[in-house]
Amino acid sequence: MSDQPQAPLQKTPLHALHVALGARMVPFAGYEMPVQYPTGIVAEHLHTRSQAGLFDVSHMGQVRLDGAGSAQALERLVPGDIQALERDRMRYTLLTNASGGILDDLMVTNLGDHLHLVVNAACKLTDVEHLKRELEPAVAVTPLLDRALLALQGPAAVAVLGRLAPEVKAMRFMTAATHKVADIPCLISRSGYTGEDGFEISLPAEAADRLARRLLAEPEVKPIGLGARDTLRLEAGLCLYGHDIDGSTTPVEAGLGFALGKRRREGGGFPGADVILRQLREGSARKRVGLQPEGRAPAREGTEILDKDGAVIGRITSGGFGPSIDGPIAMGYVASAHAAIGTSVSLMVRGTPRPARVVPLPFVTHRYHRG
Amino acid sequence: MTLKYSKDHEWVRIDGAAAVVGISDYAQTQLGDVVYVEVPEVGRKLEQGKEAAVVESVKAASEVYAPISGEVTAVNAELAGEPGRVNADPMGEGWFFKMTVAKPKELEALMDEAQYKAYVEGLG
Repeated sequence: MSDQPQAPLQKTPLHALHVALGARMVPFAGYEMPVQYPTGIVAEHLHTRSQAGLFDVSHMGQVRLDGAGSAQALERLVPGDIQALERDRMRYTLLTNASGGILDDLMVTNLGDHLHLVVNAACKLTDVEHLKRELEPAVAVTPLLDRALLALQGPAAVAVLGRLAPEVKAMRFMTAATHKVADIPCLISRSGYTGEDGFEISLPAEAADRLARRLLAEPEVKPIGLGARDTLRLEAGLCLYGHDIDGSTTPVEAGLGFALGKRRREGGGFPGADVILRQLREGSARKRVGLQPEGRAPAREGTEILDKDGAVIGRITSGGFGPSIDGPIAMGYVASAHAAIGTSVSLMVRGTPRPARVVPLPFVTHRYHRG
Repeated sequence: MTLKYSKDHEWVRIDGAAAVVGISDYAQTQLGDVVYVEVPEVGRKLEQGKEAAVVESVKAASEVYAPISGEVTAVNAELAGEPGRVNADPMGEGWFFKMTVAKPKELEALMDEAQYKAYVEGLG
């Protein structure tokens, strides 16, 4: 039996730093990434919620759209109100497909003379192909291959970054600005994937190692791996593409209605609008919910969700342990009749049905800085 | 007192007819933070090499196999509230269960401390 040789894993600009810090490196979306440092996932997670964690997210795709009609053109592909997005503001949005499913979730920032997009690492090649095919030549679609992306998250993030760039202290959640940090020109946004206050910093790849080391030198900051990134976002009730959302889940099923602009709900004009708008009117057959297993056994992705008669009513799409909850948590889709908060369900773990309840999302309250 | 290891990184400590089972320091390091342990019921009959318990890290569930055959006589009840004991003291307070030694000859198939150390080094 022959083995297909694997394509060599790519490295972010911080690869050598991760190794020097003793990270355990694993393959993720074609990159070799740190899943944890010697600190460990639980401690890294708790540190982020109490002080400040530094994440390398350079594997994600950064893309710019140039051209006078870029916002209007992008609206052909997403259900968000991009034309009304003010200068230096950013928005979460979704690339949809003809069935109303989700091709990717992304952040789009209006930087005045262009739009700046951040897309998932696993989707960046197909996203760029899609954007180019649909938007060129009127809009220039340029992957920013020479840029890195760092995330500094946690209640101490603003104090830390504020020491290096005092202007960031005045930034509100979901806004962006260009500032020098340690003499490096950075595009900074007050946003993140942890539910905490924090910043994402886009900068030239060749300066990433220097800035990361500078931030790690601050007493509140620890390096955080992908393991804790996952537990943090799950506690925050945030979707992970390819797991909680994918080409078969609509924004309505996923509870991402906030990403559908008001004008867009009336006008449509994006892929799958007919399906999505119908679900907005009539409801969807299934819904993404938060689940809390009774006891301490985690219930993981793929676990069947049963009703009290043992009928399968759904599946877990993300599940594991929440260190800040100090217990198991999960998200999944259930038939809408079972989606009400407090509904009792069972989870099939290792052949045994285990009781659980539908609970509100997020599991941990968001602490965004809305100013 | 005899201490032996299996290829799946379980250890078994034998004192006369009583055995204590846990997972090795190498295993707990590989797993990372342990968040949940499922131990067998007292009285359950275990077969060497077959599933005996489950240990869950943040990222995944792993099977713990019985290093020898026998009957479970006691379980570590502390692990329910403090699964982290498996990380903090894998060879001591992090023990999983106690059992009888049904077939002493099975111990010959296991590794002693020196052999296990060499085996782990060989894993790279």
